[in-house]
Amino acid sequence: MNGAHDMGGMHGFGPIAPEPDEPVFHAAWERRVFALTVATGFGGEWNIDMGRFARESTDPAIYLRSTYYEKWLHGLQHLLIERGHVSEAEIEQRMAQLAAREEGGKA
Amino acid sequence: MAHDHHHHDDEHEHAALPDTLLRTKALESLLTEKGLVDPRALDELIDTYEHRVGPKNGARVVARAWVDPQFKAHLLADGTDAIKQFGFDGRQGKDMVVVENTPQVHNMVVCTLCSCYPWPVLGLPPVWYKSSPYRSRAVIDPRGVLAEFGVTLPATVEVKVWDSTAEVRYLVLPMRPEGSETLSEEQLAELVTRDSMIGTGLPRAPGTAV
Repeated sequence: MNGAHDMGGMHGFGPIAPEPDEPVFHAAWERRVFALTVATGFGGEWNIDMGRFARESTDPAIYLRSTYYEKWLHGLQHLLIERGHVSEAEIEQRMAQLAAREEGGKA
Repeated sequence: MAHDHHHHDDEHEHAALPDTLLRTKALESLLTEKGLVDPRALDELIDTYEHRVGPKNGARVVARAWVDPQFKAHLLADGTDAIKQFGFDGRQGKDMVVVENTPQVHNMVVCTLCSCYPWPVLGLPPVWYKSSPYRSRAVIDPRGVLAEFGVTLPATVEVKVWDSTAEVRYLVLPMRPEGSETLSEEQLAELVTRDSMIGTGLPRAPGTAV
């Protein structure tokens, strides 16, 4: 499948920016997305090709502006919904609950 | 140090969209509730890849190849099997191919399609390896890319670029640095950098090890 992810030979992305002494993860949420993806994927729910296809199925405009673990998060959610483990509505509802709890915590 | 680390995390947390943070938390909470994941198993995975698996593994393999010609022959013939002797196998490294740098050929590894990388020997890939600039340019302008990493090779050296796939993962066997003849295997491993095993760098010169 060609698409925005098929980057070999594309022009215009600018210089590479190696980060000295780069940490393995840059934020706590990245750790969780990584582990959730590995735990569910390699647990046999789906294989690496399905995982990649899910990430590559992300809207090209979103794909290009997403960070690496945001792409993983999109892919993970896509597979979980597709396999019927969670629904979009459940995720939205849980996000609202968590947001409300955090707001409450601040007050 | 720990304080700095947390500060760093916080900055990125704020930089990330609230949607991303909430969505991540919501998915973990739902999957835990449904018994699909165990948060302790997630912690274990994170600890493994943040602290235990990394380029030090690959450095041990390279140093062994530098001192043991028989091992080197095995490594080049069947990378997966040779690396397994160290106990480095599993996820994202089940089919390893080791490519050797020589005075005539310099090898460099990319994954143009995503971020395939040999986890058991190098850990998780750095951000630049997964970035659009590296993925797009490594295959059309490898010398330009190398220059950005401060590596300039003689024009007579051929640069070979290996595009990883979901199945095959590459590890570059860099050339043993000059002046390292008297060093032990452990000391040699200190000279092997992560980038030298991706092919975007060269090993440290003896006496400059960190």
